[in-house]
Amino acid sequence: MALRATYREAAGITVVDIGGRITLGEGSALLRKTIRELLEDHRTLILLNLADVDYIDSSGIGELVSAFMGVKNRGGSLKLLHLTKKVHDLLQLTKLFTVFEVYSDEGSALRSYR
Amino acid sequence: MSEDSKHLEITLETQVESVNLAEEMCLRVAEAAGFGEDDCYRIGMSVREGVINAFHYGNEERPEKKIHLALDLTPDKMTIHVLDEGKGFDLRSVPDPLAEENLLSTSGRGIFLMRAFMDEFQVVPGRTGGAEIIMSKKLPLSGNPGTNGKSGQGAAPKQEA
Repeated sequence: MALRATYREAAGITVVDIGGRITLGEGSALLRKTIRELLEDHRTLILLNLADVDYIDSSGIGELVSAFMGVKNRGGSLKLLHLTKKVHDLLQLTKLFTVFEVYSDEGSALRSYR
Repeated sequence: MSEDSKHLEITLETQVESVNLAEEMCLRVAEAAGFGEDDCYRIGMSVREGVINAFHYGNEERPEKKIHLALDLTPDKMTIHVLDEGKGFDLRSVPDPLAEENLLSTSGRGIFLMRAFMDEFQVVPGRTGGAEIIMSKKLPLSGNPGTNGKSGQGAAPKQEA
């Protein structure tokens, strides 16, 4: 399934709702483009809602790390919300749970930016 | 080759689309062979990573080079070979993606994932001069408890002998 991404504002935070596969090619490219657009629009507090992301490969993991660093380098913060089991296990396996802040509840995630 | 064994070979172009094609082909074989959902996911991911490795690092995304994918299915296991036309590489030179200094790297996790998700994994010099990744998964009915369960997902990758 091709990746899709839309974003909305919630309590001053940009929530990006992503669905599909973040993999080499179009999936990774769309995530990169979305984050670039947000940063160009000076939106640096970003919550990636991965509830409908059922698959990530190493290229997608790399893109998530790149997004995290890009936002951090602009003084912002990128956090993750609603990981599916596969994505959760993959981040655990690659030790990226020690890098990303991960939430299972949107309200808690939004409050964490205060 | 015995009647119980099957062998498939396909030559892929060095392009992004080959990654999905290889994954789909191997998934069909894995499902037909009797692997469960979790093992199919691990096999599919490993094939993706192997072909991405050949596409990006081995063949350096050069379209005149090919990626050679082969599958061997025996009563015991499914073995996948991914051969590129690059310069080859030494596994020992691949950085550990779990090392503190590499955690924020945007690449370099493919080999790690293949090692973690497959039962056997090695890289040998290929007949093309490039690298040949050989990885296998034991079939769930061949007396290998755990290969089809969910417990292995977080397992640490096997160390190189």
